[in-house]
Amino acid sequence: MKRVYVNEDRCLGCHLCEYYCAFANSGETDMAKTFKLNRNPVPRITVESAGDVNFAVQCRQCAAHPCVKACITGALSFNSGVIQIDDSRCVGCYTCVMSCPYGCIVIDEKNNGKTITKCELCTRNAIGEPACVSGCINQAIVFEERGEN
Amino acid sequence: MKYVIIGNSAAAIGTIQGIRQIDKTGQIVVISDEKYHTYSRPLISYWLKGDVTEENMRYRDEDFYEKNDVDTLFETRVTKINSNKKTVTIKNGNEISYDKLMVATGSKPFVPPMEGLDKVKNKFTFMKLDDAKAVKETAAEGAKVLIVGAGLIGLKAAEALEHYGADMTVIDLADRILPSILDEEASAIMQKHIESKGVKFILGTSVKEFSESSAVLTNGATVQFDMVILAVGVRPNTELIAEAGGKVNRGIVTDQKQAVHGLKDVYAAGDCTESLDITTGQQKILALLPNAFLQGEAAGQNMAGKETYYLNAMPMNAIGFFGLHIITAGSYDGEAYTYTDGSENYKKLVTKDNELKGFILMGDVKRAGIYTYMIKWHMPIDECDFELLKTKPQLMAFSRSYRNEKLAGGYGNGD
Repeated sequence: MKRVYVNEDRCLGCHLCEYYCAFANSGETDMAKTFKLNRNPVPRITVESAGDVNFAVQCRQCAAHPCVKACITGALSFNSGVIQIDDSRCVGCYTCVMSCPYGCIVIDEKNNGKTITKCELCTRNAIGEPACVSGCINQAIVFEERGEN
Repeated sequence: MKYVIIGNSAAAIGTIQGIRQIDKTGQIVVISDEKYHTYSRPLISYWLKGDVTEENMRYRDEDFYEKNDVDTLFETRVTKINSNKKTVTIKNGNEISYDKLMVATGSKPFVPPMEGLDKVKNKFTFMKLDDAKAVKETAAEGAKVLIVGAGLIGLKAAEALEHYGADMTVIDLADRILPSILDEEASAIMQKHIESKGVKFILGTSVKEFSESSAVLTNGATVQFDMVILAVGVRPNTELIAEAGGKVNRGIVTDQKQAVHGLKDVYAAGDCTESLDITTGQQKILALLPNAFLQGEAAGQNMAGKETYYLNAMPMNAIGFFGLHIITAGSYDGEAYTYTDGSENYKKLVTKDNELKGFILMGDVKRAGIYTYMIKWHMPIDECDFELLKTKPQLMAFSRSYRNEKLAGGYGNGD
């Protein structure tokens, strides 16, 4: 199964992945307008930077998916290797935020924090494959088969 | 193999999922005294407030029982466990046999004896959907509400009732709110926040005597009300196990496979049981939905024959009141680092023996799970950049090799 892998050595901390992620999941068609018109789509990937160390992190789609097991409403589910959020059933309690070892459940500020959002590997938007990866100019994040389940 | 599960909430659902991970064909019977498809108990305040529909309170999809081949007996109360015969007796006297039994009976509201309480007509507890429905029927615009108990349940009820324009007074014997999960500083910030929404608090006091529509408090004050919410505390439902000869302290005592001490082929999970809190080493009741699910899942696997241990339990809460969020975990005995920016953001990190043992985040709770797992995974403080972690939860604070393992390794291994 193809997964997202992080190449910390290759990350320049340019944040392009965050832009591509937010845009891909915004449903908008013009990237510049999406950000310029103050629509503030929320990226589901986060770049951490300190000195010359940079890396991007997003949901690891954990096999044990502690966020799904902790969810108090059943809004999170694990389907075919992807942890999905049904935001119509999310009440924004943030139990999943508490339960993610990687800090990858994102509070949806665009919805005033009333729901969460998270990386679904672009399986549920028009792009279909991780937009962060295709938008990365440096292969700092890759989406590939390495023989893991 | 025939599995019988008493209860139909998070621990019971975890049990079903745990069993079905191992045994796809054994018969599963769920017995519940409620009439509903499994629903999320913590959502009753959201339902009362109008944030979720009753349909969206379901904890699992409509076809969950069907997909997992589960027989359900709703509105059925189990009155006795006959462990010698391996049966349970239900209220009409019939017996149902089991090979493996799960007791996921949860907890019930604790209402201490209070003088004159029987004179109060409109009094409610607030744990089940039917409680919330009863409250909704009575809650009229501008109703005067007395809430007894400034804990999670009482304050969630207050949040919901604010939506009805209720005039609310919350009293508690403790001198601060949410003492079970917050420290004094955080309690004070949250109290001020809730007061700003019009809720009044009278703390360090209790009801001396009720009359039909007022209460005289031990501090001499009198509070008028149209309705009373009783949210003093909860008690685990341990009677079935105790009567059958299983071990009960405050909650049902199990081993880490969730098997009940003193009874064969009987398991227990959820709010009726005790867990080992890894941050204090103490056995305690951790009445938390994620804990219930995980205990149930581990129990289910064991019931179906796969040896599984439920480890790493600890108190943790993610909850918000009137828009102010808190995430807390672990215990607060140790060296504390605290930070507040003078607004409603508050942070406390507690370390002991070179480990993070507990934290409180209020306001900004982003990425809190990184802290949670530092506790769970016993990560040595001196192997990470704790100064960086004080500013915010971040993976940058950990070693390159840790990040390589967790991120470049692709598949996450959160547990």
